[in-house]
Amino acid sequence: MIYRIHHVTSYGYSEPVLLAHHMAHLMPRPLPWQHCRRTNLRIRPQPTGGERDGTDYFGNAVHFFTLADAHRSLTVETLSRVELLHRPCPEEGDTPPLSVALEALEIGKTAVETAEFRYASPLAAPFAQLTAYAMPSFADARPILAGLRDLMHRIHADFTYDATATTIATPLERVFTERRGVCQDFAHLGIACLRGLGLPARYVSGYLLTRPPPGRERLRGADASHAWLSVFVPGHGWIDFDPTNDTIPDMEHITTAWGRDFDDVSPLKGVMLGGGEQSLKVAVDVEPISD
Amino acid sequence: MDRHQGPADPAAGPVAGQGTLPGTGGFGYPVDRDHWDEMVAPDGVLRPHWEAFMSGLTALPAEDMAARWERAQRLILENGVTYNVYSDPRGLDRPWPLDPVPLILSDGEWDDLEQGLVQRATLLDLILADLYGSRTLLAEGLLPPSLILSHPGFLRPLSGIVPAGGIHLHFYAAALARSPDGGWRVVSDRGEAPSGAGYALENRTIIARTLPEMLRHRPVEPLTPFFQKMRETLQGLSPRNRDIPRIVLLSPGPYNESFFEHAYLARFLGYTLVEAEDLTVRDERVFLKTLEGLQPVDVILRRTDGPFCDPLELLGESTLGVAGLVQAVRRGTVAVANNLGSGLLESGVMAPFLPALCRRLLDQDLKLPSVPTSWCGDPGERERLRDDLDDLVIKRAHPGRSGADPLFGDMLSAARRDALMAAIGRAPHAFLAQQRLRLSTAPVWTSGRLDPRVLMLRAFVTAHGHGYVAMPGGLTRIAADRDGKIVSMQAGGGSKDTWVLAGDPGRKASARRTVQPPAKLVRGAHDLPSRVADNLFWFGRYVERTEETARLLRSVMSRVGDAAGFGASSELPAALALMGHIHRVPPNAPPEAAAMMIARKSFDASQALGLKANAERVHRMAAMARDRLSLDTWRAVNRLHDELAHVTLDDEPAAEDLVSLLNGVVLACEALNGLAMENMTRGLAWRFVDIGRRLERGLHAIDILANVLPSVGHAGSPALDVLLEVSDSSMTYRSRYLSSPQFAPVLDLLLADESNPRSLAFQNAALGQHMDQVALARRTAFLGPDQRLTVWLTGAVRTADIDILGRADDDGGRRNLATFLEVLRSKLWELSETLTREYFTHAVSRRPGGGTAREPMP
Repeated sequence: MIYRIHHVTSYGYSEPVLLAHHMAHLMPRPLPWQHCRRTNLRIRPQPTGGERDGTDYFGNAVHFFTLADAHRSLTVETLSRVELLHRPCPEEGDTPPLSVALEALEIGKTAVETAEFRYASPLAAPFAQLTAYAMPSFADARPILAGLRDLMHRIHADFTYDATATTIATPLERVFTERRGVCQDFAHLGIACLRGLGLPARYVSGYLLTRPPPGRERLRGADASHAWLSVFVPGHGWIDFDPTNDTIPDMEHITTAWGRDFDDVSPLKGVMLGGGEQSLKVAVDVEPISD
Repeated sequence: MDRHQGPADPAAGPVAGQGTLPGTGGFGYPVDRDHWDEMVAPDGVLRPHWEAFMSGLTALPAEDMAARWERAQRLILENGVTYNVYSDPRGLDRPWPLDPVPLILSDGEWDDLEQGLVQRATLLDLILADLYGSRTLLAEGLLPPSLILSHPGFLRPLSGIVPAGGIHLHFYAAALARSPDGGWRVVSDRGEAPSGAGYALENRTIIARTLPEMLRHRPVEPLTPFFQKMRETLQGLSPRNRDIPRIVLLSPGPYNESFFEHAYLARFLGYTLVEAEDLTVRDERVFLKTLEGLQPVDVILRRTDGPFCDPLELLGESTLGVAGLVQAVRRGTVAVANNLGSGLLESGVMAPFLPALCRRLLDQDLKLPSVPTSWCGDPGERERLRDDLDDLVIKRAHPGRSGADPLFGDMLSAARRDALMAAIGRAPHAFLAQQRLRLSTAPVWTSGRLDPRVLMLRAFVTAHGHGYVAMPGGLTRIAADRDGKIVSMQAGGGSKDTWVLAGDPGRKASARRTVQPPAKLVRGAHDLPSRVADNLFWFGRYVERTEETARLLRSVMSRVGDAAGFGASSELPAALALMGHIHRVPPNAPPEAAAMMIARKSFDASQALGLKANAERVHRMAAMARDRLSLDTWRAVNRLHDELAHVTLDDEPAAEDLVSLLNGVVLACEALNGLAMENMTRGLAWRFVDIGRRLERGLHAIDILANVLPSVGHAGSPALDVLLEVSDSSMTYRSRYLSSPQFAPVLDLLLADESNPRSLAFQNAALGQHMDQVALARRTAFLGPDQRLTVWLTGAVRTADIDILGRADDDGGRRNLATFLEVLRSKLWELSETLTREYFTHAVSRRPGGGTAREPMP
């Protein structure tokens, strides 16, 4: 399946921004099951310097740029073409139970490569009640993949999608007690659950194909960025889970970047001088263009 | 060697107050045999390397010592040696506690210690290079990945960057303690931005002035060569401009606990002291914002913790960082010392693994061991933890988060023990268990007697040439009282100078002398950051405002009650009216009650326009521009602050007392102005202080003239006398006119006379000159908006017809003059705002963006 992704992020500032440094995580990430055909990045106003493509610590593409002339708005637009292939997913019966998986994680190269995703990060730190919440899914030597599916299913069932309940600053503890939030919260919640159990879990940001209600036209710009999580299962590698939609990502999830939590992969991060109040508009189109 | 002596017999128990020990004079120094004592051996005999000092101290009469020590205390206060204690309601600037008796180390012992310190720094640098590079130490299992990769000091964006010169750790400090067996152990490693070397130097300076003959008796290793080496190292780091690199000292600002040291070191090393907002990154290069524009920075001596240094790639919420700094480091356009990411060494995470790492990386045994420390992430260690908790100190492996203070096992209640064990059970990788060490003791001087205190020694190491060198000495810190077991400045402990006795003079003198290249002749100081210019401008304004307010208040109080001379009390209403722009008086209040009300407000720190609040501002502005002010200026600032800080008005303050207090305040302000006039070089720093002063004085002249308007008729009026008095112009008037004051001549003298240093015209002329000079740096052909304003102001006053302006309208009012003054006032304010816009534009606040607003997400 080939997708065309159009992502426009626009900031408006109530007062002029005199100087801004930005760092963008907006390009799809090349993966065995995701071929990036083309990505265009357009920034308005034109950056005055410091423009550079790079790769961050986690292997994601980053784009740095500086705006040193006063401006009252910023628009960053990406247009990408991505081909998705099916990704392998193991049979539940082939995956080890949690206790065996935890032992395997202590050994050799795996231990070094996964360690950073096993412990608290600023936005996804485990806490006792959360670990207790996650525990029942992994009882009785159940294969870990079955446990992970169960946990994802429970988060989906127990938590309500509510775009107004949280902000970026809402602590995970509150998301947990109030049982509401958005995809980002559910991803962080799942990650913290798994880290509490000792499993390596990471945050994945990207896009999701949304389907219009039956009989309606697709609306332009109605899609959005999306976030889910990925777990390391010894013997099988990283497996993605989307607790917001209770599904294992396959042909409809496009990956841009991953890290320990949102903070590592924020789509557009900036530090600016001036600017006053800011307003944000985002429009995303994920359009399947051929099979 | 001292350390080869056997351990003291622990069964002997403490022997308090043994009386006079051989060689300790009459100081009655008790020896506690559970601890190693630095001065007295277990057999009660003075250690040989203390003999010279003790005989010197014994020879010094007690009163003499007391007098000298009092002088030293005053020196500390006046030099403004301070330490900020976060929990202290007094907040900033607690005086630095120093004890006159140094810690003395023999040269033989120091040689061993130095080798150990140098080896340790070398090792830690190699560890950093590995962890930010190939990470073989993790793969080989020599360091647990979970400990390192979960550490908040591990800065991922720095991974894979090779720093300038290949060095990660340029400066290192070790907190050392001597165990009862006489051996030194490292309690903690400081690799982020080690502080304390400046305090050590200041301690030496004060002790050298207090006990000069002691340092002459037997030579002590000097400290300054160490700083010279630091300087050479920093200079060598510069990616370009090897000859005269621009090096800045980056400080988190005056609220940091050791800000004094930042300013002190910047001045001592000759670097520009900057805060994050003084720096900016353009095109992957770091620049300093100065009045002359952006100037490239080559080397940053960093005192801000790594994670806070770049809000773009590191901690986003940090206001102490420079956006884009990591990218500049990545491109190699700037060198940062210590390199970003070196904070990984803090809090002793490496300690349990160092012996093995030392053999692996250096093929040597570790010479200077740590206090035995184990990592709770090791399952075997956790078992032992509970049983041994009484003898352990539990530390967080991850510094900087809440509850990070070390916990002493034996001080915990049962409930807290259980809570701690549960916390360790949940995240064992985040805890370290360190053996409790019985610290050694050394004598402190307490009113004529010597008394033992436990101590720790902070030793300093700098990269130099292809290796490291240690400072021969260090910062010794002592517990607050005799029973104290914990050594902490934050908890009220004290400090000592540290002497390393120079060995064979022939051997060392030649090896340690450093050749200082001849200085190039330059005029004008190093760059003036715009922020500092802003602070200096307001410093000048607040000093002037304090003086004017004090003069006005003095003129009021000297007309109250017993303070009033013959006939003076009749002038009280006029004096009160002159203060109208500062404190309004209720129209029907009896004058004496109104005067007292104003006095109370002036000494109430919560009144924004009061004297006390102004003096606070003077102090704050001076603190923020501290490295630009001379020591004498500092002393004068502190004196002004002290004059006012301790004043509290009781119910019935006597007017005479207030008058004499206000005399002191006026004198202190005059002293500050005098210092600025006589002692500051006529560079930009001086100019901005004076611009602030002139502007404020000009505004003041307008204000008091406007205040006096409603109450003067044609001829003599008490208001004019008071007006001349507060303007310090009575003498001039009398010598000119030989009569009681009349309005037009007074107006001329205070408004238009360019030869009177209190007149508005004088301020206008001075401001005009300043603006022309400052503008030279901008190299433009046209007058700037600030220059145009001063030209206008000067012209307006010069062309004003004072006779006409001074004439009363039919109803006795002077509307023309009132309007004229109003216009002049608004132009002066416009000048102040223009200055801010033209020269201090950094004042725009910075904020994180992007990350704060969340885009809609499913």
